[in-house]
Amino acid sequence: MSVLLDNLDLFIRGFLGTIQLFVIAAIGSLVVGGVLAAMRVSPVPFLRGAGMTYVNIVRNTPLTLVLFFFAFAWNRLDIVTLPFFALAASGLIVYTAAFVCEVLRSGVNTVPVGQAEASRALGLNFGLTLSQVVMPQALRAVVPPLVSVEIALLKNTTIAAGFSVVEAGSIIPSLSERGYNVLVGGLWVALGFVILVVPLTLLQRYLERRWRVAR
Amino acid sequence: MLQVLDCAVRFALASRHARKLPMTDSPPMIRMKDVDKHFGPLHVLRAIDLKVDRGQVVVVLGPSGSGKSTLCRTINRLEPIDSGVIEVDGQALPDEGKALAGLRADVGMVFQSFNLFAHKTILDNVTLAPCKVRRSKKGEAEKQAMELLDRVGIANQSDKYPAQLSGGQQQRAAIARALAMRPKIMLFDEPTSALDPEMVNEVLDVMTTLARDGMTMLVVTHEMGFARKAANRVVFMDAGEIVEDAPPDEFFTAPRSDRAKDFLGKILTH
Repeated sequence: MSVLLDNLDLFIRGFLGTIQLFVIAAIGSLVVGGVLAAMRVSPVPFLRGAGMTYVNIVRNTPLTLVLFFFAFAWNRLDIVTLPFFALAASGLIVYTAAFVCEVLRSGVNTVPVGQAEASRALGLNFGLTLSQVVMPQALRAVVPPLVSVEIALLKNTTIAAGFSVVEAGSIIPSLSERGYNVLVGGLWVALGFVILVVPLTLLQRYLERRWRVAR
Repeated sequence: MLQVLDCAVRFALASRHARKLPMTDSPPMIRMKDVDKHFGPLHVLRAIDLKVDRGQVVVVLGPSGSGKSTLCRTINRLEPIDSGVIEVDGQALPDEGKALAGLRADVGMVFQSFNLFAHKTILDNVTLAPCKVRRSKKGEAEKQAMELLDRVGIANQSDKYPAQLSGGQQQRAAIARALAMRPKIMLFDEPTSALDPEMVNEVLDVMTTLARDGMTMLVVTHEMGFARKAANRVVFMDAGEIVEDAPPDEFFTAPRSDRAKDFLGKILTH
């Protein structure tokens, strides 16, 4: 207990950093993943190709490699120089968006083709058909895997600690500097993540229940 | 009750004939010329020529696989064609894009499997396109939607989701959804084929009323009763071709082609 209480400042700062990074990266990955999914199901061959290329390059590239790129290479490209926090968030978004895209796309495949046909027959264009008819139903079908992807993102944020971003992953090295029992500290950090996952699980259950009537 | 309805239908038919549609200077609502389409090696539409005048009700009959559904779906370009011309109200079908979406907004379509938007209530199903495509105000769109739902007899179901309705109710909601765009033409692609027998009539009644009100309709169906009482013309298709095109009385009592005789023999003998 003393490991936690003596270093409460460390834990609070760390987990606040984690939550910040997670919220930004989660929203970013949903937006970018949504756009990628829209590209991959669009009737425009160039967009389809671009979306496919992105997913094939990024998906399952080790996250450390993606973050390495953002931490050490990005600022040398002289495009926009970003602080480490933004770089870490970008890396997480780029990495997670590929998974979000594929999850959403598998959801799109569960929506009967007649839904899109009815929408087109009413005069809705591709964008409206996707945003009003297909995606909302696709999303309903993929709540569990989508939440899993976002939970993975939450835990992946710890890798950003390696790039001088203060978050929960940096608690353990700091504890070791302060001379505390790292093992016990690690258990407290793990418990912190368990607690953070709870609201996501509850959100998943809420969404599943709320959208169940629609089918 | 039935007599009254029958009487009304007779009167409607008489008035339809009396009107002698259409004016000569207005283009046909649907014109198909030399339309061909293949699905891979399958030649599903062969040199289709078809005209549907304003206010006419044309019923398309034929054995399954004869291309009648495909024909119906080419008219709003849900199925693109290989060659030939299709015009709707004098305007050639545009390529996929804004112009095509605009044309589809004017052509209502009713599907065999209803295709109501599963995640939206009946009311939202009906108001979606008016709000998003026609940019109607929500209040107006809802008022109009409730009128339409009332017309098809399901105003009391407006807050439910499609899955909570019977097939017949769903199909009537789908008709209301199409009508909400105030279409010039209504296409029906086997609207009663997925329904339990006792629900067929409630949908056909709505369609008959619509026909009586002067809507231009192209109806792919197996309902001979509807063809007899509501159609101006029966188009008989087989193997991708239009084999016969005649008024219903003539078609049912004196079909000219052997294929039509064979088809009618099969469906009318039992």
